[in-house]
Amino acid sequence: MTKSDLTRRSLLKTGMVAGAGLALPTIFTSRASAFTNNPTGKTVTFGFTVPQTGPYADEGNDELKAFKLAVKHLNGEGDGGLLQTFSSKALNGTGVMGKKVQFVTGDTQTKTDAARAAAKSMIEKDGAVMISGGSSSGVAVAVQALCQDAGVIYMCGLTHSNDTTGKDKKRNGFRYFFNAYMSAAALAPVLKQMYGGERKFYMLTADYTWGWTQAASMKQFMEGEGWSMVTDVRTPLASTDFSSYLAPVLSSGADVLILNHYGGNMVNSLTQAVQFGMRDKMVNGKQFEIVVPLISELMAKGAGKNIAGIPGSSNWNWKLPDAGTKAFVQSYGKEYGVPPSQAAQTCYVQTILYADAVTRAKSFNPCAVVEALEGFKFDGMGVGPTVYRKDDHQAFKDVLVVQGNEKPDNEYDLLNVKQITPVEKVMYEPESEFFKGGNLGQCNPGA
Amino acid sequence: MLGLSKKDLMFLMIVTALTLAAPILLNPFPESSALAQFNAGYPDLMQRIAIFAIFAVGFNILFGLTGYLSFGHAAFVGVGSYATIWMFKLLSMNILPGILLSVTLGGIFAYLIGFVSLRRSGIYFSILTLAFAQMCFNLAYSVLTPLTNGESGLQPELSDPRILDAARAGGTVATPNLFGLGMNATWKVEALGRVFQFNAGYYVCGVISVLMFYLALRIFRSPFGMMLRAIKSNQHRLNYTGLNSRPYMLTAFVISGMYAGLAGGLLAAMDPLAGPDRMQWTASGEVVLMTILGGTGTLLGPVLGAGFIKYFENIFSKINDTVLHSWFSFLPKWLEDICVAIIHPFVGQGWNLTLGVLFMGVVIFLPGGLIEGGQRIGRLWRRKPGGNGAPSAKNAAAE
Repeated sequence: MTKSDLTRRSLLKTGMVAGAGLALPTIFTSRASAFTNNPTGKTVTFGFTVPQTGPYADEGNDELKAFKLAVKHLNGEGDGGLLQTFSSKALNGTGVMGKKVQFVTGDTQTKTDAARAAAKSMIEKDGAVMISGGSSSGVAVAVQALCQDAGVIYMCGLTHSNDTTGKDKKRNGFRYFFNAYMSAAALAPVLKQMYGGERKFYMLTADYTWGWTQAASMKQFMEGEGWSMVTDVRTPLASTDFSSYLAPVLSSGADVLILNHYGGNMVNSLTQAVQFGMRDKMVNGKQFEIVVPLISELMAKGAGKNIAGIPGSSNWNWKLPDAGTKAFVQSYGKEYGVPPSQAAQTCYVQTILYADAVTRAKSFNPCAVVEALEGFKFDGMGVGPTVYRKDDHQAFKDVLVVQGNEKPDNEYDLLNVKQITPVEKVMYEPESEFFKGGNLGQCNPGA
Repeated sequence: MLGLSKKDLMFLMIVTALTLAAPILLNPFPESSALAQFNAGYPDLMQRIAIFAIFAVGFNILFGLTGYLSFGHAAFVGVGSYATIWMFKLLSMNILPGILLSVTLGGIFAYLIGFVSLRRSGIYFSILTLAFAQMCFNLAYSVLTPLTNGESGLQPELSDPRILDAARAGGTVATPNLFGLGMNATWKVEALGRVFQFNAGYYVCGVISVLMFYLALRIFRSPFGMMLRAIKSNQHRLNYTGLNSRPYMLTAFVISGMYAGLAGGLLAAMDPLAGPDRMQWTASGEVVLMTILGGTGTLLGPVLGAGFIKYFENIFSKINDTVLHSWFSFLPKWLEDICVAIIHPFVGQGWNLTLGVLFMGVVIFLPGGLIEGGQRIGRLWRRKPGGNGAPSAKNAAAE
């Protein structure tokens, strides 16, 4: 069946064919162009990668709704939403720099690989000039790095890990959402005031970059308030049953349970903890308490009445009284019939901020956009004055401490704003303990 | 030439030509048409198809020839990816060291896992490989996080030592390259209303996949391949003749593991990030699907299967309601909504459903996979009068 004819002649032939094959790619070089995906037609394309499946799917779908609304407003349809209250008036509802905004969407599946594949196809196939979205810090960090390499702007959606603007920060990426450090800084004094100064806490932590930094921040701040940690247990992101992780909690001597879980994870772990009867127990002579450092409306809805009385922090809440919040809630409510979540607000604001930066820079070139956003101060988007710090591309604004509503008036009235922690209280140096080791690098315009 | 018969040489030539022309062939629709949605000729997808073709062709050497169904091959892909990223971090952004290490490690892991698993056959073998792969996944996910960075995934960073590459001025990580040729270098040609993207990374993957295809072809045609087929048809009888079949099995397992390692290495070389998802059992299942969908035991089948599944994953998952509405916008509003509602579950995040339906159809009606479908169509085309020479023709063409 085989003919073994490895003669000198055939070897030479084979070698030449293989050599030619290997040499072939070297004739290709990238075409000179100012920057990646320079929109030359009448339209400009944004890429929105959100989780439509996996533990963060609820957040993802809400983000997608917000993105669609933002694009509508940018193109001058609808009531204009936050464009009316935004402090920068560069946008006028005629698209971005006269180009109509289009968008493509993709499912991240809450997995880094799938998210990068989706973002790559948007950049390479659909010509997206900006990518936004992501509901997991793991995904956000991965896609941010991809956008840096490809030379497009990444406007982070829901990502709360310190690393996104810490050790993994990138020049082409910007984060409007707050982070784990800010959550812990805002929560710690409130928790001490609520539950006293000597408490032992047990943590369950989602096992990826967000969980790790959240757990580290909570530990640091709570120990600063005189609490002590019993243990920190890591749980896989894909888990849905937490009973085996919850069972040892009560016998561990801890009297507070901190759930560093988000989305579907938190809904399941909190519900199971309540079913275990933890909230009715007395430990060390004190009432057993549960804390969820990062809470969203969608999680509160998922957890139902179990959320009552649970403290946590939020980036934004639809019940805030300022004009920006009101405009956004009205506009979103008219479109979809429900109040928006903090994920929706973040993604909406990020899209508007990008469009505004392009308009002010008068260019889609990522380097020009980066320049326009660095150190940019704005207001009117809810939660008061905000600044995009130049050193790490983190937005600094007030942080909300929220608490599950004990007596909700309606099905959306699930969280009460307990306190608004001013931005000075949650401020930190770019090279402080939880954020050091990163390097923004230089802006990359791509091709 | 190349130690192949004339027919096989022809076959290899066709595969090579298709690989080289893929950027043109996969872009059949003009940019401006609504069908441009279905174009697949962009670098990332082409790279993935080429890489998963390597993976599936290698898997087929084990599954197609010996009939041993391994449910753990994703572990080798993951090992290959991590190996490549570590080479990026420690040595250089040149892809060669990484790829060499990924093949080696794939082989070593396959040897260890195969050594234990091959003591059993049938379902027990499948379960053993599955267990090992799941162990690897869990190690990567939560135990060996310093080595793998867990769920967040491992990627090259500015602070890495990278002893062969001088640190680049300006503070950006260099792109993975082959002696300076960046894997993301793309030469765009606009012609006939289409943009053809000739990407260096794709051609690296493409050339390697053709070489791997050639290697598989030689293995299929060799006495060793014959021995593997003998194991598939009746291992007991083979043992009774006094032959020890296990070394052959182990060799086949290691070869397919090296193929998988290579695929993993290439994945990381094209897109420098390695996450544990790559090692999950669903990823192992995917390559089984690819092989069965395309045609088990055929040479071209796994390549087709890989192409199909990656196409569905990347193209169908991006069709959202807005796109659907634009397709049906010529209909009256109520009819448009009905059409969108009917198609909606099968696209976007529901692409798996479409693939599932297709898979069921193939398994029920075309047990030989897509290849068999192609052959049936081919036979319709040139039906010889009174010719029932189909069985022999089928056998020859199927390989």
